[in-house]
Amino acid sequence: MLLAFDTASPTVTVAVHDGNDVVAAHQSEETMRHGEQLAPLIERTLAEAALRPAELTAIAVGTGPGPFTGLRVGLVTARTLGHVLGIPIHGICSLDALAVQAVQAGTVAGRFEVATDARRKEVYLAGYDGEGRRISGPVVDKPAAVASNGPVVGEGAALYPDAFSDARGPLRPSAEWIAVAVQQGRAEILPPEPLYLRRPDAEIPRAPKPVS
Amino acid sequence: MRDEPLVLGIETSCDETGVGIVRGHTLLADAVASSVEQHARFGGVVPEVASRAHLEAMVPTIERACATAGVALTDVDAIAVTHGPGLAGALLVGVASAKALALGLGTPLYGVNHLASHVAVDQLEHGPLPEPCLALLVSGGHSSLLKVTDITGEHGDGAGVDPMGATIDDAAGEAFDKVARLLGLPFPGGPHIDRAAREGDSVAIDFPRGLTSRRDLERHRFDFSFSGLKTAVARWVEAKERAGERVPVADVAASFQEAVCDVLVRKALDAAASEGIEDLMIGGGVAANSRLRAMAEERATRLGVRVRVPRPGLCTDNGAMVAALGSTMVARGRAASSLDLPADSSLPVTDVLAG
Ligand SMILES: [Zn+2]
Repeated sequence: MLLAFDTASPTVTVAVHDGNDVVAAHQSEETMRHGEQLAPLIERTLAEAALRPAELTAIAVGTGPGPFTGLRVGLVTARTLGHVLGIPIHGICSLDALAVQAVQAGTVAGRFEVATDARRKEVYLAGYDGEGRRISGPVVDKPAAVASNGPVVGEGAALYPDAFSDARGPLRPSAEWIAVAVQQGRAEILPPEPLYLRRPDAEIPRAPKPVS
Repeated sequence: MRDEPLVLGIETSCDETGVGIVRGHTLLADAVASSVEQHARFGGVVPEVASRAHLEAMVPTIERACATAGVALTDVDAIAVTHGPGLAGALLVGVASAKALALGLGTPLYGVNHLASHVAVDQLEHGPLPEPCLALLVSGGHSSLLKVTDITGEHGDGAGVDPMGATIDDAAGEAFDKVARLLGLPFPGGPHIDRAAREGDSVAIDFPRGLTSRRDLERHRFDFSFSGLKTAVARWVEAKERAGERVPVADVAASFQEAVCDVLVRKALDAAASEGIEDLMIGGGVAANSRLRAMAEERATRLGVRVRVPRPGLCTDNGAMVAALGSTMVARGRAASSLDLPADSSLPVTDVLAG
């Protein structure tokens, strides 16, 4: 019984996979507010799957890249829950979930890229082979710097049509596909560490200005 | 479990990842991981750096607290967590972790106020809190004077924790940091000023006492202001430097510290007298200051007011204070918070327990 969730996009998404199939899944109706929405969504999804937390055998979590505050909610939840239940935690690059879904849904064939919204007029981007295996990235950059005429899956492509002329769906990562990627061994398993890709904003202060 | 609940408390409102465990009013563990060294070169806490550090420290700190307390997580009766006020991104890490604990263990969750926790922690050292009491909370983030009628926040029609006064500009601890920087002392400034001041003369320089003039007292009787004092210290130091004279660091530190403590104690005792309250609790990081403790003790005794100050380790931000307040919530039968508990960076002090 695998519990999967992702908080790397504005949507909070949760799923339970029983080894054969996704048996329950929910996503937030409201965007953002990851910290408020994740735990109740997990509770609801477990209830729908008629599972007690103690019956879970593993956790899969999207490790981003994604906006930091939301991303950390998913990761600290996964780490804490994994610790409490004594079960393994599998990290999955959130872009990989989109890639596996796009291959499965047939929206891409051959090589393609995945781009999500990194805010500050930048995108998170990674390259994939025809099976949906990551072959480059992820990186964070200005759309113009990583512009491409090839197929690009994800919200980052849809947001910047000038840089990405061939935008494809799906738009945001979903926990169902994180679960599928883990169960079917279709993505690299990572430690549950956030893929920040950016350093924190922090300035070393100059000497205090004189007051007189 | 009502009488002696085993409560785990999580605190991540600033740069300390704190996990405390209490049974009733007995402290079993107080594990703290601080990211203060990562902020030192920036001269103040960098929110994103703090949030990243909380994520890394969270589970190891929970493990350390359980090991120290000699309890298993499955023994815990309730989880308490600071859900405000504080740095939004930092709070969120603790809140999410607390929810995962509550969810995984099937225990109730109590989202509590950071300031009220600073007051509640004293129960771990000096037993049940006298109610009403007056609380002076002073740290790098807050300077408040509170009238505490019910530490769990419920009292008849009114709030159980009423703000009587607060700083109108810098927090007291911030003033310590800024003056330390002027004097070339490291961040955080509090302990360094305290140490330097021991060698100095506290009446060497007559620094201003903010908001104590008769006119200020009309509008701001119980409020504080430290920004003018900080500027006065800067002017004095600059004048010395310009004159090519050596800056007497110990005297400046002692005189500055005296000015801060004088105002804090004076206003706290005035508030106690005006409310007819005989117990004064002092908490927050600045309560670790040795001069503040001594001055409060000395002046309060003269007025027949009892002073309670937790030991320094419990004055700074920690998880035990959150567990202490959570334990009181359980003991008084307060309803637990919901799993959609938000982190609220500007949570008012009157909101002690989240719904
Ligand atoms: Zn504090």
